[in-house]
Parts: sequence; C-alpha cells; structure tokens
Amino acid sequence: MRFLPTDEQSDFARTLRSLLGSAQVPAAVRAWADGDHGPGHELRSRLAATGLFALAAPEAYEGAGLLPLELSLGFVELGRAGMPGPVVESAAVSVLLSELGDEALAKRFLPGLVAGEAWATLTLPGGSPYALDADAAAHCLTVSAAGELRLAAPGTGEVLRSTDPARRLSRPSAAGGELLAAGPAVARAAAAAGRWARLLTAAQCLGVGEALLARTVGYVKQRTQFGAPIGSFQAVKHRLADTLLALEFARPLLWAAALSTAPGDVAAAKLRCGEAAYRAAMTALQLHGAVGYTEELDLSLWLRKARPLRDAWGTPSACRAEVLRSVTPG
Amino acid sequence: MDLTQTAEVEAFRAEARAWLADHVPASPLPSLETREGFAAHREWEAVLHADRWSAVSWPEEYGGRGVDLVKWLVFEEEYWAAGAPGRVSQNGISLLAPTLFDHATAEQRARVLPPMASGEVVWAQAWSEPESGSDLASLTSRAVRTEGGWLLSGQKTWSSRAAFADRAFGIFRTDPDAPKPHQGLTYLMFDLRAAGVTVRPIGRLDGKPAFAELFLDEVFVPDEDVIGEPGQGWRIAMSTTGSERGLTLRSPGRFLAAAGRLAALWREQGDPADTALRDRVADAVVGARAYELFTWAGASRFAAGGAAGAESSLNKVFWSEYDIALHETALDLLGADAELADGEWAEPWIFSLAGPIYAGTNEIQRDIIAERLLGLPKGRR
Repeated sequence: MRFLPTDEQSDFARTLRSLLGSAQVPAAVRAWADGDHGPGHELRSRLAATGLFALAAPEAYEGAGLLPLELSLGFVELGRAGMPGPVVESAAVSVLLSELGDEALAKRFLPGLVAGEAWATLTLPGGSPYALDADAAAHCLTVSAAGELRLAAPGTGEVLRSTDPARRLSRPSAAGGELLAAGPAVARAAAAAGRWARLLTAAQCLGVGEALLARTVGYVKQRTQFGAPIGSFQAVKHRLADTLLALEFARPLLWAAALSTAPGDVAAAKLRCGEAAYRAAMTALQLHGAVGYTEELDLSLWLRKARPLRDAWGTPSACRAEVLRSVTPG
Repeated sequence: MDLTQTAEVEAFRAEARAWLADHVPASPLPSLETREGFAAHREWEAVLHADRWSAVSWPEEYGGRGVDLVKWLVFEEEYWAAGAPGRVSQNGISLLAPTLFDHATAEQRARVLPPMASGEVVWAQAWSEPESGSDLASLTSRAVRTEGGWLLSGQKTWSSRAAFADRAFGIFRTDPDAPKPHQGLTYLMFDLRAAGVTVRPIGRLDGKPAFAELFLDEVFVPDEDVIGEPGQGWRIAMSTTGSERGLTLRSPGRFLAAAGRLAALWREQGDPADTALRDRVADAVVGARAYELFTWAGASRFAAGGAAGAESSLNKVFWSEYDIALHETALDLLGADAELADGEWAEPWIFSLAGPIYAGTNEIQRDIIAERLLGLPKGRR
C-alpha cells in the first residue's frame, strides 16, 4: 500500500503545469469564447507532445495504454490552467473507441486523437443532450438510447450560449449522420466512456478549485482594509480554511477513483471534487469583493467554469444516487 | 500508487477479525460515562490486554504487538466493524502514551505503560482551566518546588473521564516569572486519589458525568512523575495535541463502521422518495470513504519519512463535523424514535456534539489551517 503518486507521476503533472503556466491560457480562453479556436488548437498540439492524449488509447493505436491515473493527474493541471475545449470529451471518445473493439473504427480515429490533430466531442444516452464545442471538433459522436453510435452530420446547428462563454454547446442532429456501430458492445463502451468522462471532469474540477483558492489566497494577502490585509481577519481565514479542507478531502477520492474506475468510486470523486470547486468559486467571488464580479478580471474564467463542470457528466444528485447503489448489496 | 495491502497485513487483519468475533460482548456494555459502565469497560480492557490487543502499536515489552501505522489502522477498522466497545483507556493510550514514548525515561515507561495497557490504571487529561480554554498557555495552576517533588495547587476543568479515572496528566506553571506565557510550564502526572485532590464530576449535556472539575490543594507529586525537563511542558504538550489531532485519535474505522450502519438503516427504514435524506446518507458514505483515503495518503506520507504537521488540523475539523452530520442523519431517519434517549444513535449523537470543541476548538484549528497551510497573516483571534 502506497497511496501517493509516484515520482514519475508527479513529474508528469509538473511538466504539464509548467507548460500551461507559461502558455497564456487565459488569452486562449477568451479567444475560444469569441469563436476563435486557433490558440486553443495550438495548446492542444503542445499538450499532445507531452503524451497526454496517448493515456486514453491502447498501444496498438499509438497510445500508451489506458492509464486513468496518469490521465487524471494531467486533467487536474488542465483544470488549474483553465484549459478550453472538449478535452474531457475527446478523451472519452478515445476510451469509447478503445473499448468498442472495432479495429477499423479504432484505426480511423484513434491515432489522430492521440497525436492531438483534432478534437472530438460526444453525447451519451442519459447524459446532457448538448455536445460541448462541436463547432471546434473534427468529430462529433453520439450514442442513442437504442445503442447506435453515430458520427453526427457536419454542421453543428446553432451554438447555444453557456453560462461559461468558453463552453460552446449545440444539439447534434439526431437524424442522419454515419452509423458507426450498434448493439450491446456500443452500450458497454459508452458506459466506460461515461465513467471516464465523469472521472476526468472530477479531476478538472479539483484543478479549477485549487486555482481559485490560490488566486484568492494571493488576493487577501495583498488587499488591505482597516489598516490590515483582509487575510488576517478570522471570517476571511475560516472561509479559506474550509475551501482547502474540501479540496484536500476530495483529492484522495479522485486518486482512488482513478485507481479502480468503479462506478461508486468515480461518482464519489465527482461529487466531492465538483462541490469543492464550486464552493471554492463562491468563496473566491465573495472574498474578491466587487472586482471578482467582473468579467474583466481573469478570475472570471475559472469562476464561470466551476458550476457547469460540477454538473457535467454527473450532477451531484446523480452521483449520490450512484454511490448508494454501489453500497447496496445485490 | 496502490491501495493493496500485503499478505502479511491481510493475515494480521484475519487474526484480529477472528479474535474479535470470539470476544466482543454479545450485547453492548452500559454507557462508558456511568460508574457501572466504566467498570465494565475497564474489564473489557483487561480482556483485550490478555491477548495483546489493547495497544497493538506499542512495543511488545509494554504489552503491545509493535505493529506499524498501517496495521494499527487495519486493527481499528476491524475493531469498529465488529461493534466492539468504546475505549475507556483512550486518553492514556492516544494522548499520554505518545508523550511517554517521545519524552519519558525508560523507568517511567516501564512503570506507567503496562498498567495503562491492562486497564488497571485509567487516565484522565487535565489541560483546561476555568480561565484558560483555547488560550491554554495562559493557565495559572501551579506546581511549587518541595523536597523530592512538587506541590500542585489550582483548578483544572473539563477533565474527560476524571469522574472515575485513577490518574491524570497535564501542564502546570512552575516558573511564574518566565517572560512568555508558554514558558515556565511543566508536564506531570498525578494521582486523582492523592491527598489534596477534590474531583467534582460534571454532567454532560445528557447528564452523564463524562468529565469533571479538579480542585488541587498542595497535592504532592514526586520528581519521578515529571515528564521531560521542568519548564519544557508546553513543547511536550503540543507534541501530544499533535497526536491527538492527527492520525491516532479518531481512526477511519470508527466512521466506516458508523456509515455502514447508517446505510443499512436507510435500506431498512428510508423512504426512497425522500431524496433529501437519501443525499445525506450518500454524503455520510462518501465522507467516511474520504476520511479513510485521506488517512491512507497520510500513512503513506508518514512511511515515506514525512511528518504530521498542521495537516492534523484539517483532519480534526473534518472528522468532528462529519461525525455530527452522520448522527444527525441517523436521527432524521429514525423519526419520532430519534428522541428516545436509550436509542442506539442517541448517546453517540450527544458524544459527537463535543467533537468540534475538544482537542482544540475548530475555530482554533481553522486559524492554524489558514496561517500554517495557506500562509495567511496572523491576526487577533
């Protein structure tokens, strides 16, 4: 039993952190929100060079094998940096095609996803009807309740505005589109993809929460009122202590979920990482005061992400129900 | 990274499980906080001790099994899962013993630890005073030098277990002229039945005498009962509160067992349409798992040479608030029966309510988290 990341795993996360830390991600997020995907695509290529996308595909298709733990540690860093784009969905498509066992389909899509040549996005039965960033994705896959996997017809339809302008939503057209596969194998692969999407969203949430906490701690140390840094006041300290507490107790749930990918573990991780990130956002907003309520401050890029990510790929309520199912015998 | 225990640890688990299955009393003992229950729990300590299960992490020479932190956590999991009684020796084993291992002489350890392990001597803590709670360093109870020892005078309060315990440990002011409040304090042990000691039990919220006031009037303490150097009491006591807040006061096993019982209660009595209550049951299940995993990560860090520092404050706030939420959820599931004082969940609920207060209030813990883990500036409390 050694329930800590290995040196190699920590080094990988550090590499991503430093790459993204100097990559001007906030500018890419603002461009993305304006429909300019160029800087986001550029970031995708740089991430691919670290091997990040290879962690969701088997070796036979240029991947590194399915490595949910390494991938999760990487997605914490994507969250911390505020990375735009369908990162979770692209990885979930990769997992779906890896699990499906259809060689022709795997060959057709996986090497390109691993190499970071394109984004992919996805909707699953029982999940959100909106595909994320389909206007920026080369492939938009849908799985129907009847177990049909389709490549949605080109042309994404109207982009619906999200409360996070950097998330661009649309309804994939239900009719038409190429039928890629059907049957129980699709349902099984879709379930795995859904579990991975939930896990990686949890990881992203943890990173978003940590970024919000770090920015807010920095702010309350330098903001002075009544002749003292506001961070010296107990009411401020205790909110931040609670934010750290929630994040620190969510992190081991994420690790355990990445180790097992069992539905109950993944749901528990998503629940706590999502809630911790959203609480971190509310604390960040309150402690920044009015300036935190502006879109001009880069803080807004994380503030607006926290709520949709908390709900994406498993609302708190859905996750709680899953947790109870997992501890119910029979 | 992994969560897999070695075959050796699993064998230890199996041995503990088998022993507990054979020995745990079939029906619950009377409340630990009554005279009758205290005596019954003391007998249970002797049963544990006879087969070296009362203090498994201690070296064998003192009655333990010399097991590491991982095995201790596994033992605790099995212990609480088996529905075994609460530990009347908890204060001694988790607060005084770690201090003795770090600061006492070999003679003191040999004299104090074995009767602690057997339950023959049950210990109470004597930290707080009427005017010194969170600001413990302001304490005024004093120990004055006398031939061969010290004379204790003053008042201690909120002394857990002291109504029925045998001995107590705490810190006393030995140098009133020291320049700072936390200097000039000395850590010592004393007999609760010595001449000059008056114990006045205090009824807890449910009326049970779970703690007491101690009035001390020139109580003689021999030099052999001073731990460490006189004047070093604060430093020594802080290492004890570190253990208390850290991994050894409330093991995850206790909460995993309670969450398991809560989930079972939900399945038996819960209204599936009451999703608000369902969500709280799920939160209790997740909370126990989070606490367990946080502890495994801490144990792994410890095994890799790290030390428990201010992180123990995160731990203390988490379990104490978790414990209340869990019990409140159980009471809500019980409906009208929640009110019955002899119900299975009533006394544990009352007990949980003290958690955010003792062992350093959660307000103090949050200050520590903010200042030492987040680096926020010190301010007025």
